[in-house]
Amino acid sequence: MSSTTDYEYQPRTRSGRIANFVDTRAGVSPMVKEFGRKIFPDHWTFMFGEVALYSFVILLLSGTFLAFWFDPTMTSLEYHGSYVPMQGVEMSGAYASTLNISFDIRGGLFLRQLHHWSALMFVMALSVHMLRVFFTGAFRRPRELNWVVGCVLFLLAIVAGFSGYSLPDDVLSGNGLRIADAMLKAIPVVGTYMSMFMFGGEFPGLAIIGRMYIAHVLIIPALILIMIVVHLFMVVVHKHTQYPGPGRTENNVVGFPVGPVYAAKAGGFFFIVFGILALLAGTTTINAIWNYGPYDPSPVQAGSQPDFYMGFPDGALRLMPGSWPFSWEFTIFGWVLPMAILLPLIPIALLFVAMFAYPWIERWVTKDNRVHNVLDRPRNAPFRTAIGAAAVTFYAVQMMAASSDLIATHFHVGLNDVTYWLRAAYFLGPILAFIIARRMCLALQRKDREIVLHGRESGRIQALPHGEFVEVHEPLDEYKRYRLVDFEDYQVQPARANAKGKVTGMEKMRGRLSRWYFEDRVAPVTPQELEAAHGHHDDHEAVGAGSHKAQLDK
Amino acid sequence: MKALSQKRRHPLAVLALLVMALLLTGGLYAVATTTNEAKAETTTYSAQDIEEGQKLFLANCSTCHGLNAEGTEAGPSLIGVGAASVDFQVGTGRMPMQMQGPQAQVKPEQFNEEQTKQLAGYVASLGAGPAIPEDEYLDVTKGDSANGAKVFLANCAMCHNAAGAGGALTRGKYAPSLMGVDEAHIYEAMQTGPQNMPVFNDANITPEEKRDVITYIKALDNNTDPGGFNLGSLGPVSEGLMIWSIGLAVVIGFTVWLTSRSA
Ligand code: HEC
Ligand code: HEC
Ligand code: HEM
Repeated sequence: MSSTTDYEYQPRTRSGRIANFVDTRAGVSPMVKEFGRKIFPDHWTFMFGEVALYSFVILLLSGTFLAFWFDPTMTSLEYHGSYVPMQGVEMSGAYASTLNISFDIRGGLFLRQLHHWSALMFVMALSVHMLRVFFTGAFRRPRELNWVVGCVLFLLAIVAGFSGYSLPDDVLSGNGLRIADAMLKAIPVVGTYMSMFMFGGEFPGLAIIGRMYIAHVLIIPALILIMIVVHLFMVVVHKHTQYPGPGRTENNVVGFPVGPVYAAKAGGFFFIVFGILALLAGTTTINAIWNYGPYDPSPVQAGSQPDFYMGFPDGALRLMPGSWPFSWEFTIFGWVLPMAILLPLIPIALLFVAMFAYPWIERWVTKDNRVHNVLDRPRNAPFRTAIGAAAVTFYAVQMMAASSDLIATHFHVGLNDVTYWLRAAYFLGPILAFIIARRMCLALQRKDREIVLHGRESGRIQALPHGEFVEVHEPLDEYKRYRLVDFEDYQVQPARANAKGKVTGMEKMRGRLSRWYFEDRVAPVTPQELEAAHGHHDDHEAVGAGSHKAQLDK
Repeated sequence: MKALSQKRRHPLAVLALLVMALLLTGGLYAVATTTNEAKAETTTYSAQDIEEGQKLFLANCSTCHGLNAEGTEAGPSLIGVGAASVDFQVGTGRMPMQMQGPQAQVKPEQFNEEQTKQLAGYVASLGAGPAIPEDEYLDVTKGDSANGAKVFLANCAMCHNAAGAGGALTRGKYAPSLMGVDEAHIYEAMQTGPQNMPVFNDANITPEEKRDVITYIKALDNNTDPGGFNLGSLGPVSEGLMIWSIGLAVVIGFTVWLTSRSA
């Protein structure tokens, strides 16, 4: 914080005096000064965090409105509201009040839909934001902890969505709870106890909606809020990252100050997000609970799916064979282990652990512990991009599996065939994605090299006096070239002996991983190479042979 | 009470009990069969209908169902399936079947109402079976959609989806969407259980309840989507696709626009 100014400011107008009164007591202006002069670089990929933040604000607003009318009880009553097809049906207070919000409260359906669309937008924006951070390497030192906070936010968002989805007590939300109950019960030894604890007795009981409600409107939003504050605080402390470019170094940030230009843009952006969501909520149905009917543990409906962010565990369960090639239920010391449920959850748990730990994993493999404020373009970190592509594919296959029945009916293929194909994709997809993403990155890097050394292909053909035709290459300007050559050139760090002169098993593994990460690489163009290329501008051969670094090992 | 408990041991008591039991079961049976038979053979087919029907049958159906509808390798016996089954299968265009597959496909009907009636009459003449439902049980103004919702969600939604949008079954079979299906065909589907659908006979779901179900399905059909576009009534999957396609595209559009006038 900067020190306060010495001279006493004398406001002349009345509003000025009020403002000054508040300021001298609340100390706002130093904060504005500090915060308002933060520099925020402009790039569209930097805005998804904001989209998530604004969606969250809209969730708070619309959720508060819903809370005025929502009744989180499970005691049953007979419906007499204005939705005709359900009149006289027995249902819980929760379901009836959601029907009331939808059909009898002015603007209720709009706000329900706004709340739910905002929930989808929130999780989507959060996911895209995380992908941006991952693929540009923004999680590296000093931002590792903020990556962890982001991962916690991602988990909290999923839990928030799931708890909200469970509230209306329609058949879909009950099915979701039923699966959650089954997963809990599958945990060896403590599972049944945990399920009884959560539901206050046998599933479904009469307690769960009330408990979910407190979690949904109080505990989880409060946790999310705290995490957002911590997250933003760290962003301010660390300053923003930036893409490589002329004049951009590890020690500066190039962009607009937050105030006034950026703040105005951001404020406007809030209303844009609000507008998009309001348009969706006003025109497009979401969670038509009146179709699903009140929850009753016996019927299961075709097309029962969770919201997309809960799709991956559901899909994993659908992919797991139940009794092939043998029954997956084992009994050990009298405890039943339903592996058909547990087994598919293990890779998901590992994926999440790896997500939290990734900054440290990468640091360990690369031995790169430096501060990074300049981002990687994804192509310039082929190993990381490939790992990310594999993880996304793994996640996406499971998410797709959650809609296997709809894929079957809509593309006129057999449900069993869809499952077989997705099972194959579950194992092969990530490997293929890894290989393809990596090859694409290397190819793009080589293209960049070409462009730096020879300029852009202009499409103009020139006939030389002796009859040869050549294409004219336009040299790059200084600024564009900078973007293409300024990147980290990681090299294989072979295993080394430690202080005692011993190469540990761990270190050997690290060495192998490092080779796997970096043995194929394309180095940035060095000034000498550039010099050489410009020296013999027309002689393409000479350049190709001279740049030994451009050669790939394979 | 005392007197009654003493007379219990009277030799004629057993006889009296037997008579009472017989009367009860007989009466119940009579009631049960009349409800089942209530509509049997209400639509009468003239001899000419049946004759015309037989001609149509020989020309169009006998290759698979046999010359006397006794069944072949390629199609089941139709003896005793009743007029309702024919009206459903032919009226929805499933029969004559076009190609063997997991399930007969719906296609534009090949026969007009008159011909369908003749075919139904012919098949009904081969053996007693469920008849075409009476109009009374198809009149949705008399149905109770709340009860229909209950019956539908308990019996049909697991295959046909809560909103009647349809769903997948194993190995390429599927339960079709129920939107826009004729009242009579809904009734007949429940009564005859076409292909992979179970039969819901009148003991399972009474004719009145069937009418309630039809009322509910028609209410869904006529629903004016209070929430706006229904995205195919496919639930969270289409909602997720919506946000990840159009939602994301619009947001990206705005972010690019906002950052286009950059430093
Ligand atoms: C290409 C062969 C084929 C032709 C032609 C054909 N059917 Fe079928 N039909 C079948 C098969 C196969 C089934 C059984 C479908 C199933 O259960 O999956 C069937 C079933 C039926 C059923 C339902 C039987 C039941 O158990 O309820 C009726 C009714 C029927 N057919 C009537 C007809 C009539 C009427 C025609 C002529 C207009 C006809 N079919 C033409 C193959 C055929
Ligand atoms: C086991 C799953 C299953 C259940 C339960 C089920 N159906 Fe079906 N239903 C099917 C299948 C499969 C078909 C398609 C049959 C065919 O194509 O011949 C079908 C077809 C229908 C049709 C014909 C639709 C058309 O497009 O012509 C109607 C109407 C229908 N069902 C109504 C119902 C009703 C009402 C119930 C509940 C009382 C019900 N079904 C329960 C599986 C089911
Ligand atoms: C933190 C992010 C939040 C997410 C992701 C989220 C998500 C959801 C979802 C998906 C539903 C189901 C909506 C439906 O019926 O279709 C829901 C319902 C509900 N939410 Fe939230 N919500 C969040 C925050 C809040 C907050 C802060 C409040 C209140 C202060 C709130 C109050 C409610 C209420 C009362 C319902 C039940 C009413 C209904 O289902 O119509 N939510 N929420």
